[in-house]
Amino acid sequence: MSQQTLNPTSAALVPKAGEAGLLKHLWWNFTDTYVVMKRNLMYFVREPQLLIFATVQPIMFLVLFTYVFGGVISFSTGGDYITYLMPGIVIQSIIFASSNTTVGLSLDLSRGMIDRFRSLPMSRAAVLAGRTAADTVRGFFTISIMLMAGYVIGFRFADWGTGLAGLLLAVAFGYAFTWISATIGLLVKDPEAAQVAGFIWLFPLTFASSIFVPTRTMPDWLRAFAENQPVSVVASTVRDLMTGTVNADEITTSLAWIIGIVVVFMPLAVRQYAKVASR
Amino acid sequence: MSINHAIVADEVVKHFGEIKALDGVSIAAETGKVLGLLGPNGAGKTTLVRILTTLLKPDSGNLRVGGIDVLRHKQRVREIIGLAGQYAAVDEILTGRENLVMVGRLYHMSRRMAKQRAAELLDQFALSDAADRPVKTYSGGMRRRLDLAASMVARPNILFLDEPTTGLDARARIAMWATIRELVSDGATLLLTTQYLEEADELADRIVVIDHGRVIAEGTAEQLKANMAADFIDITVANPLQVAQASELLRPLSAEAPQTDDLRGHVVLSVESGVQSVAEVVRLLDGQDIPIAELNLRRPTLNDVFLSITGEAIVEEEAKPKRRRFGRRRSA
Repeated sequence: MSQQTLNPTSAALVPKAGEAGLLKHLWWNFTDTYVVMKRNLMYFVREPQLLIFATVQPIMFLVLFTYVFGGVISFSTGGDYITYLMPGIVIQSIIFASSNTTVGLSLDLSRGMIDRFRSLPMSRAAVLAGRTAADTVRGFFTISIMLMAGYVIGFRFADWGTGLAGLLLAVAFGYAFTWISATIGLLVKDPEAAQVAGFIWLFPLTFASSIFVPTRTMPDWLRAFAENQPVSVVASTVRDLMTGTVNADEITTSLAWIIGIVVVFMPLAVRQYAKVASR
Repeated sequence: MSINHAIVADEVVKHFGEIKALDGVSIAAETGKVLGLLGPNGAGKTTLVRILTTLLKPDSGNLRVGGIDVLRHKQRVREIIGLAGQYAAVDEILTGRENLVMVGRLYHMSRRMAKQRAAELLDQFALSDAADRPVKTYSGGMRRRLDLAASMVARPNILFLDEPTTGLDARARIAMWATIRELVSDGATLLLTTQYLEEADELADRIVVIDHGRVIAEGTAEQLKANMAADFIDITVANPLQVAQASELLRPLSAEAPQTDDLRGHVVLSVESGVQSVAEVVRLLDGQDIPIAELNLRRPTLNDVFLSITGEAIVEEEAKPKRRRFGRRRSA
């Protein structure tokens, strides 16, 4: 071990926040987020089976729903079921992908990684921003593969322009949901509980919705919920966009939900992060 | 408490719900020295370290690290400290090198500087050969070394090591002691928590003993022992049934009532001068026909110190390596 381990030149090694300007701080927020995001994305690169399973499951859903229920359901959707189902299952996949945020954060907490990050002079928001960004990238990757699988079994964008806009809207919705998942992960803390807590709340949201079937046949009380909850709203907007229909009201409502969720849950997650004591 | 103290905690109180984790703890670590925080599991050691390193907010109390008010200037404190917690907080998927570069980048070093510093540290901590392997292939000792290296990235002058050897085997522990000694040989201030008496004795210039969130003793290892002003005589009688009889017989020689263990046949005396008393012990027991299986004269250990202050022994058995409850491999 060399003798200069602790020599007092450390001042030159690490820039001090107190001497840095506002622009520098903004830049550091950005680079910190990037570094954390890159670290989280490494998990998908180094453990490809995680990504494979995350992709295989929704594709299985897609194929099973199309061929098992498709015949029956297309009576009530009045058309090709795959055209109805595909946009819905894109939404389902991206919000289920967001539940990884819950598990990932609770693992970081239980393993002391969050303590490590919190003991560094880094941006306070970067751990969460990097995590949610990485999980959104992962969700985007998953639904891209799904759309390719959908293409193979007969799904087509009616119009590429609006279709891609629909895809973007789905990704934005997934991003909003990662902030809900982050809040849950920081509240639950225990990784085993987080496995369940991460996605159990997603079941009513995805099934009591217009993702798989039209809401027409549901009992009134359920229908009232199913038609107005954000998953249905965004799913039907994405469906319209992918089938070539642009409905400005619908798009506005969807964007309002997305922005609303981020505005509520981002501060909640950041606050919970600041006060969380992992042990 | 002056500028000569790099780490100062004054009257720190912290509750977790009903539980009082810290009940007015005051400590001060002299600049350039090693302060050992010794106490059993649950004494409040980790809580104090977490408070001093900005991870936890106390209910009340004053804290200064490197002269900076910890509660008011968290980020400034984070720039000058290094922390290695109880868990080796390194990322298992990343390689050793990637872990260190990541930490360097989060200290806002340039990419080139972070890489260079990582290479230096890998070399110093004898991890160069494993540098480009994922950390999940590392042994427990290697993870701890990497964790320690991560805490040294910014060359901090003030270090906090929370039970750095808990869960390590004896060989890895002794290697870790050597590493820690080298780290502080250049004048860094170190706060070290441990539940191993031997470790505090080995590494610390001063020792603060805490239990149930309170400081119960303080001083150098020698002072703590000297305060007892006594030697100990450990006697094992051949027939454990004679323990009570032996204890009664030897009571006048001992400063305190002898400690006894009926099962093992142990009688422990604390005496003014061991050498003079040994002969007397042998004579008395011999006179009553109580055969001695073993007899040892020893200086008090920190365990005796703890016992005499709290009335309870520190559990000397291997501390449970509070392993994570989850498997090693990440599933998400």
